[in-house]
Amino acid sequence: MLLISCPNCGSRDETEFHYGGQAHVPYPENPNELTDRQWAEYLFYRDNTKGTFAERWNHSTGCRQWFNMLRDTVTYEIQAVYPMGTPRPDSAGKTTADTGTASTAADSTTTGTAAPSLSSTSTTAPEGATK
Amino acid sequence: MSTHQLPEHPDFLWRNPEPKSSYDAVIVGGGGHGLATAYFLAKNHGMTNIAVLEKGWLAGGNMARNTTIIRSNYLWDESAAIYEHALKLWEILPEELEYDFLFSQRGVMNLAHTLGDVRESMRRVGANKLNGVDAEWLDPKQVKELCPILNISDNIRYPVMGATYQPRAGIAKHDHVAWAFARKCDEMGVDIIQNCEVTGFVKDGNRVVGVKTNRGTINTEKVGLAAAGHSSVLAEMAGFRLPIQSHPLQALVSELHEPVHPTVVMSNHVHVYVSQAHKGELVMGAGVDSYNGYGQRGSFHVIEHQMAAAVELFPIFARAHVLRTWGGIVDTTLDASPILGTTPVENMFVNCGWGTGGFKATPGAGFAFAHTIATGTPHKLNQPFSLERFETGALIDEHGAAAVAH
Ligand SMILES: Cc1cc2nc3c(=O)[nH]c(=O)nc-3n(C[C@H](O)[C@H](O)[C@H](O)COP(=O)(O)OP(=O)(O)OC[C@H]3O[C@@H](n4cnc5c(N)ncnc54)[C@H](O)[C@@H]3O)c2cc1C
Ligand SMILES: [Zn+2]
Repeated sequence: MLLISCPNCGSRDETEFHYGGQAHVPYPENPNELTDRQWAEYLFYRDNTKGTFAERWNHSTGCRQWFNMLRDTVTYEIQAVYPMGTPRPDSAGKTTADTGTASTAADSTTTGTAAPSLSSTSTTAPEGATK
Repeated sequence: MSTHQLPEHPDFLWRNPEPKSSYDAVIVGGGGHGLATAYFLAKNHGMTNIAVLEKGWLAGGNMARNTTIIRSNYLWDESAAIYEHALKLWEILPEELEYDFLFSQRGVMNLAHTLGDVRESMRRVGANKLNGVDAEWLDPKQVKELCPILNISDNIRYPVMGATYQPRAGIAKHDHVAWAFARKCDEMGVDIIQNCEVTGFVKDGNRVVGVKTNRGTINTEKVGLAAAGHSSVLAEMAGFRLPIQSHPLQALVSELHEPVHPTVVMSNHVHVYVSQAHKGELVMGAGVDSYNGYGQRGSFHVIEHQMAAAVELFPIFARAHVLRTWGGIVDTTLDASPILGTTPVENMFVNCGWGTGGFKATPGAGFAFAHTIATGTPHKLNQPFSLERFETGALIDEHGAAAVAH
């Protein structure tokens, strides 16, 4: 059972959350111009990283807000919790240009402005994560 | 007891050779699919100068972690064809491989608990019959006759409203299946190389010409990827992407019991499936953990959930104990169907995406994948399972038949 720090509610059991898969995948800017290959990429292809992965979670039986998380997919250690719409708070995010920082605004359902929290145990909500 | 009293070590079933500097083909992954592929490459296509590279030990991945359910009652024509081909091979393999791996055709029941389930199940029975797959619809009384320990009363949360039943389905001993294939491969000259991790590929332009491993570089004309949960990692090394997400999938066994459970029961709706192994353990599994994971373990609430479902369906299990739980890494696709065919890299082929249910397909997948590797083009059995289907939209949606992990 993962113990997840919701930015709004603090540490809660994994069973209160819903998994949302890879974070920072923008909706295509010009859907009409996409080739079939590009549509396939958007619809069916997601990174399947072994190691630190930026992913979305929803606190579905709590505050019902979405947020992003960096988690190691081998050890399952949670490395950071940060608001949607902000870049991933590690250097890896800056180098993965395809799905990285350029697109973060597009997946945002919450417009967070606060600095991302790098502590997995922190229960303090980054400002701006609540809507 | 002092050591001189120990009996002779039994014969090894295969050699442990050093990797050669080159092979005609290299299979990455020593699970069931990699071994079955090598077997059919050697047997059907005369390719014996080949190697299976396994980073750990043989069948240490999903092959010896699965719950061994074998059936072919999938909905769509494409799936019925390949899974039924596999089932027909299971029926002859113990003799062909000269190894009794306890394939037991004790039947598999898929329970229906809602009107939606009932309709979907009846539709699937109809589709199965049209495809020559044995399938029956059972009402609750017939369910009880076949499996007396099942609770078919009305006063449970999700009463049993009936079931589909495939009499030819069943279970087998997974580790023995791997050993049976390995022994025959070895006899035909195939090198099975354990503790040999593929760390990269050598390419000439867009053509693969070699495999880098922790035991040196191996030249090869063809590469077949059969790495299950690690397929994305290998594809990335080779420079292409797969529409795969790797998830933990868990299972568990109880202590040994008298034979009480004569068949295999699966329930998509309350999310559990149960059989009783030959030795007597109750073997149970359920769905994947929701998050991506390569840890070969999952969260305990998934186990709790499946136990709750099991105890409601089988009240006599309430006093049984969980002896062992474990997890594997399964490679899921969005249409719950595998990917089996060519890749964007020349001479590299991929067999993955079997997710929670690829054990049953082992011989069929190996047969078709061997054909694909040997001839460079897919067999008609795996043609529909190409990577291109995600672009053409010709998806093969098996969520109905595959919904609970199995
Ligand atoms: C808990 C559980 C229950 C299941 N129950 C069922 C069931 O009842 N019925 C059913 O049909 N299916 C079931 N499955 C699914 C089934 O086990 C898999 O679909 C199937 O085993 C996958 O094929 P495989 O045997 O070749 O995989 P694996 O045995 O996982 O083989 C892949 C191999 O590749 C190796 N590898 C990975 N990376 C590298 C590398 N870089 N270099 C070299 N080697 C590498 C791995 O070490 C591994 O041994 C279940 C799976 C799990 C986890
Ligand atoms: Zn919350």
